[in-house]
Parts: sequence; structure tokens; C-alpha cells
Amino acid sequence: MTAAATAEPTRRDFLYIATAAVGSVGAAAALSPLVSQMNPDASTIAAGAPVDVDLGSIQPGQIIQVFWRSKPIFIFNRTPKDIKLAQDADWQSLRDPQPDSARVKQGHEQWLVVIGICTHLGCIPLPHQGGFDGWFCPCHGSQYDSSGRIRQGPAPLNLQLPPYEFLSASRIRIGENSQA
Amino acid sequence: MSGYSTYKPQSPFMQWLERRLPIASLIHSSFIAYPTPRNLNYWWTFGGILTFMLGVQIVTGVVLAMHYTPQVDFAFDSVESIMRDVNYGWLLRYIHANGASFFFLAVYIHIARGMYYGSYKEPREVLWILGVILYLLMVVTGFMGYVLPWGQMSFWAATVITNLFSALPGIGDPIVTWLWGGYAVGNPTLNRFYSLHYLLPFIIAGVVVLHIWALHVVGQNNPTGVEPKTEKDTVAFTPYATVKDAFFIGLFCILFAYFIFYIPNYLQHSDNYIPANPGQTPTHIVPEWYYLPFYAILRAIPNKLAGVIALGLAIISLAFLPWLDTSRVRSANYRPAYRVFLLVFFAAVIGLGYLGSQEPTGGYVIAARILTLYYFGFLYVILPLLGLFETTKPLPNSISESVLREGSPAGASAPASGA
Ligand code: HEM
Ligand code: FES
Repeated sequence: MTAAATAEPTRRDFLYIATAAVGSVGAAAALSPLVSQMNPDASTIAAGAPVDVDLGSIQPGQIIQVFWRSKPIFIFNRTPKDIKLAQDADWQSLRDPQPDSARVKQGHEQWLVVIGICTHLGCIPLPHQGGFDGWFCPCHGSQYDSSGRIRQGPAPLNLQLPPYEFLSASRIRIGENSQA
Repeated sequence: MSGYSTYKPQSPFMQWLERRLPIASLIHSSFIAYPTPRNLNYWWTFGGILTFMLGVQIVTGVVLAMHYTPQVDFAFDSVESIMRDVNYGWLLRYIHANGASFFFLAVYIHIARGMYYGSYKEPREVLWILGVILYLLMVVTGFMGYVLPWGQMSFWAATVITNLFSALPGIGDPIVTWLWGGYAVGNPTLNRFYSLHYLLPFIIAGVVVLHIWALHVVGQNNPTGVEPKTEKDTVAFTPYATVKDAFFIGLFCILFAYFIFYIPNYLQHSDNYIPANPGQTPTHIVPEWYYLPFYAILRAIPNKLAGVIALGLAIISLAFLPWLDTSRVRSANYRPAYRVFLLVFFAAVIGLGYLGSQEPTGGYVIAARILTLYYFGFLYVILPLLGLFETTKPLPNSISESVLREGSPAGASAPASGA
């Protein structure tokens, strides 16, 4: 500890600091696998592959629920009335302003495909309930319209859109969107 | 921790040990000779009750872990087999499940006691903050335990609570995915919650040691809030505190046993006897009763991020109490105005708990907003100002004076309710 007596930094001080610096980089590097192991593992990611859904059996007005990446996906076969309500809404005044056209694929306005997870805290909203021709979330009362847009309640955002594409007029692939 | 001890090792073996590891004198000075104020009332027995409940949870938990399977396809069935097939499995599970409730009941009373008698004030700030940390650890542990039976409530509680983090801008969603280990709550989530649910009680036990260490450095507060001055003000921990604690733990256990044996599911939700279904949310989801006041605060606020911040702040603010309260007088028995505001605060917390269990519509939301406002108003406006304006009652010169005066023990009056 002779170094402590002199005011000038010595070579030994430099070595101490350099060693500590290298040591802390090493400690941080050792920490990263410990943090990283908690992220989705390879099998979970692999199980998140796209799924194909046949729309043929969905009746007008019916909402079905399928799973993609363990998330519920709502597929809504909208009637002309549902579509009109969605298009006529004054979307600019909504909390998460989006026109209906930004939420469906052009030429397929009949089909609304959304992730069925309430953007508040993740419950699954109930179809055909609430005051806006769409969904009602039983957990804290958020209401979504026939375009899946948030209209009332604590949720901040519209129901999210999964990536999907039409393979034919009555078949979609969820999880992939080559047109985009 | 040492210093009070009159302990002199007698046998040659104890003398030999004392020179190498003075554990016997540490125990003697901490739990036998340790001086406790002579005027402590029964609200002071809840620390002992909490230590006891931690022991109960660890013993029953370790045994449950011998029969439980942390895998989404088997977890629910393994809990059912604990209930039906394992010898006394029903008893162990009911003790553990109701034990969590009684643990929280005790901690709320313990916290309320501290607030009523000003136990957080100088020099007990670190002791108090360690207590808030213990409470936070209990909240996390209880939540993760509740997920393990993998019923409907388990699954949706896990979903809603982890989603609280999604409110954070930018980093929210990656954090939630990281917590889940997947794209939704699933097997990886259950597994890690099990690992942490096993670990955290032992971390709690470690922090309890720090908490008691800090307590034994600064000494216990008492109903007058006046520090002990002479030896006449204190009595030895053993037998006085030990026996008094043991007696009250016995009474507490009678109530505990009543729940375990007569109404074991009273505090449970029947939905949790339905296996988890990721495709359907139960129509009415509520957390366990001990989280309800904070749940009500979350729902009272119409903005998601603000709601989550208020929820966190409601708990964290407790840690700031030593600095929010500007009064130098500790005990509410000598602070008439504080006493009233504080009792209203306790009532507001209970009221929030009730509102948290109801559907969030109309009048309930408005009531929850008013009580939330009072909750924060009390902490951040009333407390700092009150210390400046309040006229307090004269304090006794010493504990023994207050106890021996007129033959009726002062300070024996207790807070009307525990929050
Ligand atoms: C701070 C102490 C603890 C608290 C507050 C706590 C809380 C809980 C709660 C609320 C449950 C759900 C009960 C139910 O609805 O069935 C639970 C379950 C469980 N806990 Fe704990 N626990 C604690 C300590 C421990 C420890 C130390 C272990 C193991 C070493 C453990 C192992 C388990 C197991 C295996 C289950 C699932 C079986 C069941 O649901 O009964 N717990 N815990
Ligand atoms: S999770 Fe849907 S409203 Fe809160």
C-alpha cells in the first residue's frame, strides 16, 4: 500500500483500475446468458410458425377464435351493416385513430382479423357484446367496435392486427404477410 | 445486537464455542436479555406472528413441493391429487393457501400499527424501509404462488399482472415477453414462477434477519412513542415478550384453524377449480383479497400508464413515510388530528378493498376515485402539513410514568382498526 502515500497515480494504481474494469466487463458478460435464458426459447419460436385458416365455414356475422403463437386471433365475417358502422364512424376522434380501411385488406372488407387480446391488460374480450357492435372486455370494461377499435374503457389501443395474407378468397395465412 | 447480555458460558464446551463462534451469547442478548418497553400492547405481537407465519409457509410449501408438478399439463391435476390422494395433502394445501391470507392479514395489521404509533420515525427509517421491502417480496411471492395451481384465476391473474409492465412505453412489450418466456403466459412462465416462488421465501427470511437486526440496534417503539430512559422503562424479552407473543400466536391460530377446518375455500375463488383455459377469460376476474385496494386504485384511473404508475406509487410511497410525516411526536395517542386522519385513511384502504372486488361501473368508479384521492392526499398533503400545524398533547416524561400514573395504563388504547 505504498501507492496510497504518494499523490501521483502510480503504475500499480493503473493496474488496479484496469483489472477492475476488465473484471466488470466479464461480470456483465456472465450476466447476459442469465438474462437471455428467460426469453422465448427455440422451440417456442418454432411453434410460432404461420397457420392457415379456411374461412369458408364462417357464417356472416360470426366471429371465430383460432390460435397463433398461443395468442387468440378473432376472425370476424362482417355483415354489410357491421362494415358500414365501422366505415361511418368518425375515426379521427377516436382514442387510437385509424380508418376501417387501415384495419382490413383491400377487397376483403368483409373480413376483420385481429389479435383477441385486450390492449389494456391482456384479457380476451367477449364477442358481440358492448355498445359498439364489437367486443366487450369483462376485466375492466373496455369496448371495441366492429373494426376492433377501442371506443370506451381503459384500453389505450385498438385490437392489434396480426400479420396475415389471403391465399385465396376464402383462405388466409396468419403469421406471414408477403404483400407488405 | 450484543451488549445487553449477562450471558456467561458455564460448561467447558460452551466456553470453547463462545471463543470460536459467540452464537449462544448472540441469541441470549437478542431474545432473552433484550430489553423491551414495559408498556407494549398486543398490537406489538404481530411481528412474532409474521415470523411464525413465514415458518408455516416454508414448512408446508416445502412439503407441497414434494407432490406438485410445475408443468402446464399436470400442474392442476397434481394439486387435485394433493387434495385427494396425498396423506393429509388437503390439510397441507389448505394451511398453505389460507396461510398466505393470514400472513397478509398480519402484515397489514403490523404496518397499521407502525403508522398509528409513528414507528417509522427517526431513528427507525431503515427498519421501516426493510419492512416495506419485506411486504413487496411477500406481494411477489404470493402472486407467483397463486399461479401454481394453474386454474382459471391463476392463468388470468398471471396474464393481467404481467401485462402491467406493457404500460411502460417502448420497453414494455419486450419486458413482458421476457417475463413470459413466450408469446403468452405458458409453460415457461409456470416453470419460472415455481422456481421463484420456492426461492423468494428464503430471501424474505434473509431480509427478516436484517429487519430484526435493525430493530435491535434502534430498539422497539412503544405506545407512548417516548424512548425508554431508565431500566425501569423496560422488561426482559424472555419471559415477558416471549410468553405474550406465544399467547397471542395461539389466539391467532384459533382463527386460522377456523378457516382451515371450517371454511377453507371462503377466501378462494371457485373459478380456480376450473383448469386454466388460455382461450377464455372468466367473466369476473378479481385478485386475492389482499391485493384488492391496489387493484381498485389501478382501475380508478382511466389511463393505462397512469393507472399502473399509481398502483406502484401507492405501495412505494409507504417507504417515504419517515420523510412525509413532519411531526416530531410519534404516537397518534398524542396527535388528535393525525389520529382522525389516519383512521379515515385505514377506512379508505378497506373501502378501496371493497370497491376492488366489485364491477368497475358507475358509482363504484367514482367512489374509488375519491378514496384514491384521499389515499394520496393523506400521504402527500395532509401528513407533511399536519406536522406543522397540529397541536399535540403533552407527552409523558417516561414510559414508567405513563404506565404507573393513576393506575390505568396509558397507551393501552389501541387503534380501532387494522387496515
Ligand atoms: C412467503 C411465503 C409464501 C407465500 C406467501 C406463499 C403463497 C402461496 C399461495 C397464495 C399459493 C396458492 C395456493 C392455492 O391457491 O392453492 C401457493 C402455492 C404453492 N406454494 Fe407457496 N407461499 C409461500 C412459501 C412457499 C415455499 C417456501 C414453498 C416451497 C418451498 C412453496 C411452495 C408452493 C407450492 C408447491 C404451491 C402449489 C400447491 C398449491 O397450490 O397449494 N410456497 N403459495
Ligand atoms: S384487460 Fe380488458 S379492460 Fe382491462
